[in-house]
Amino acid sequence: MKNLTLIILAVFFLGACSNSSNKSGEEKAASSKKVALTAAGATFPMPYYNMVFKAYTSETGTLLTYGGIGSGGGIRSLTDKVVDFGATDAYLSDDKLAEMPAEVVHIPTVLGAVVIAYNLPGVDDLKLSNELLEKIFMGEITKWNDPALKANNEGVDLPDMDITFVHRSDGSGTTFIFSDYMTKISSKWADGVGAGKSLQWPVGMGAKGNPGVAGTIKQTEGAIGYIGSEYAFAQKIQTAKVQNSAGNYIVPSIASVSAAAKGEIPADTRIMLTNSDDPDAYPISGFTWIILYKEQNYNGRSKEQALATVSFLDWLVSIDAQGQAEKVHYAPLPDAAAEKAKAILRSVAFDGTPLL
Amino acid sequence: MNSDKITKGVLLLSSLLILFVAGGMMYSLVEGAIPAFKSFGLKFVFSNNWNPTEGKENYGALPFISGTIITAVAALLISLPLSFSASLFIGEYYRGTKLAKVLGTMVDLLAGIPSIVYGLWGFYVLRPLLIDLGLPNQGFGVFTASVILAIMIIPYATSLSNEIIAMVPNELKEAAYSLGATKSEVIFNVVVPSARSGIVAGYILSFGRALGETMAVTMLIGNSNVIPDSFFSTGNTMASVIANQFGEAEGLKLSALIAIGLLLFLITGIINAIGKFIIKKMA
Repeated sequence: MKNLTLIILAVFFLGACSNSSNKSGEEKAASSKKVALTAAGATFPMPYYNMVFKAYTSETGTLLTYGGIGSGGGIRSLTDKVVDFGATDAYLSDDKLAEMPAEVVHIPTVLGAVVIAYNLPGVDDLKLSNELLEKIFMGEITKWNDPALKANNEGVDLPDMDITFVHRSDGSGTTFIFSDYMTKISSKWADGVGAGKSLQWPVGMGAKGNPGVAGTIKQTEGAIGYIGSEYAFAQKIQTAKVQNSAGNYIVPSIASVSAAAKGEIPADTRIMLTNSDDPDAYPISGFTWIILYKEQNYNGRSKEQALATVSFLDWLVSIDAQGQAEKVHYAPLPDAAAEKAKAILRSVAFDGTPLL
Repeated sequence: MNSDKITKGVLLLSSLLILFVAGGMMYSLVEGAIPAFKSFGLKFVFSNNWNPTEGKENYGALPFISGTIITAVAALLISLPLSFSASLFIGEYYRGTKLAKVLGTMVDLLAGIPSIVYGLWGFYVLRPLLIDLGLPNQGFGVFTASVILAIMIIPYATSLSNEIIAMVPNELKEAAYSLGATKSEVIFNVVVPSARSGIVAGYILSFGRALGETMAVTMLIGNSNVIPDSFFSTGNTMASVIANQFGEAEGLKLSALIAIGLLLFLITGIINAIGKFIIKKMA
């Protein structure tokens, strides 16, 4: 029985040891002035963030950690002040901004799109008008050889097959951009379904994440669904041409997505780019944002920490980072949008004095 | 120092810790669920309208409660003949033989397979098979999920039952044989009745497992948030909707998901209580 006492003592002793070694580690980090930034949020821009965060760390030594926990999680983490900045695919509404503990600013970082993927053997060109999108996703057209679909796709041999709509089962910024677009092009959708990260779907079945939706479509003849462009482009998934507001059928590509942001952008960059009026724009495109507090002196953060945060974000919207976006299938910010982002970063302050 | 006292103290402390963790879990579930119940009251349990769209927000858990109970009951019914026969085979007919040992090990192995692997197998092997058989909805739905669940819960019912069956005293069986009973008469009149509380306990354990299973179900049930209108239509379960939606949930929706977690906790608790009651009655 004495052994037991010894073991317990030993455990406590070891615990104390590891505690003290942790502490000295922290002190070391502080003395060498290596700043570590933590961020969390949207999963949609993760491949891009992972790439450029790593590049920035090897360039400057600033340590960066990003947790892909979803846009909602990113907003929660910033509200709880456990991160230096958050990331979200949907901008904060005026109501939500008012609920935040302090003033929050949005920095657009990159553009993505939502593509319409389908699985029809032998069909490699599919044009979908606004009306067809409404009818398919509201469940009014249920067969691939429906006269309306045939009329819009002359010369395409559409099979006598049921349409299976695959949507996301998890809450997602991808769903938000898709449903925001549907709300803009269809009043029936706007009244019956609406826009949101998850919805009450009129038809179809759910699969988890872009890989889940893409996998289900790939496995299922006659399936149609929507997928984040970063995933669809990387996997070379077959996509439909979608009619934009100028009436043109547009293939989703880096260039056509980037074109969606060429129009007028508000000073705070909070805008949905869906159904852009640029004639070359792919209509289901959108920004993804990083969110941070305008006043960086909170929770006892040091000025170094604050400065590292804004310097990094300034680099993130600069050409050094934006030039790499295409490598991982994102569309870079157009110059005007990048300028707006830089102007916003120059308003971010520490104790009232701008950091940059 | 009295080492006996120390041992006692340590044991007491770890037991209390379990109580504390379970209590804390219950507390945080209840606390998180309050806003949902405040907004919808009992309608939360009995409404089938689950609409997360801002402005039209309404949360009713009935689609998920029904989906959970339908899949779990169906899985239990499908697995019942299989696991009952397997446990009789291993525990009585071929007890002690090599074949029974191999079979027993295989059944235990089934219990060790992670549920995501069952899901993958269901998605890539079982589902195409069901599509060929002419199942609607591309093979997704309540039926497919129930079949996978049934396979997953077989080992729980089987291993517990066969151990109990093997424990039935030989004297009892020999007495029956000496009275001229046939093998099947011995099994159904002596072995099964004296092992029934253990067998029932095995099935309750496997039912509880079917209620809470998440990953494999979510991959196969089709995740449409409506009450399934037939055995072959798509639906969703409580565990599956929580796993799918909590990442982007906030406010009232988060509370609704936590409330579903609380309901699942309660349903599992009630099932366990019923099981204990049955075992007590039978023993």
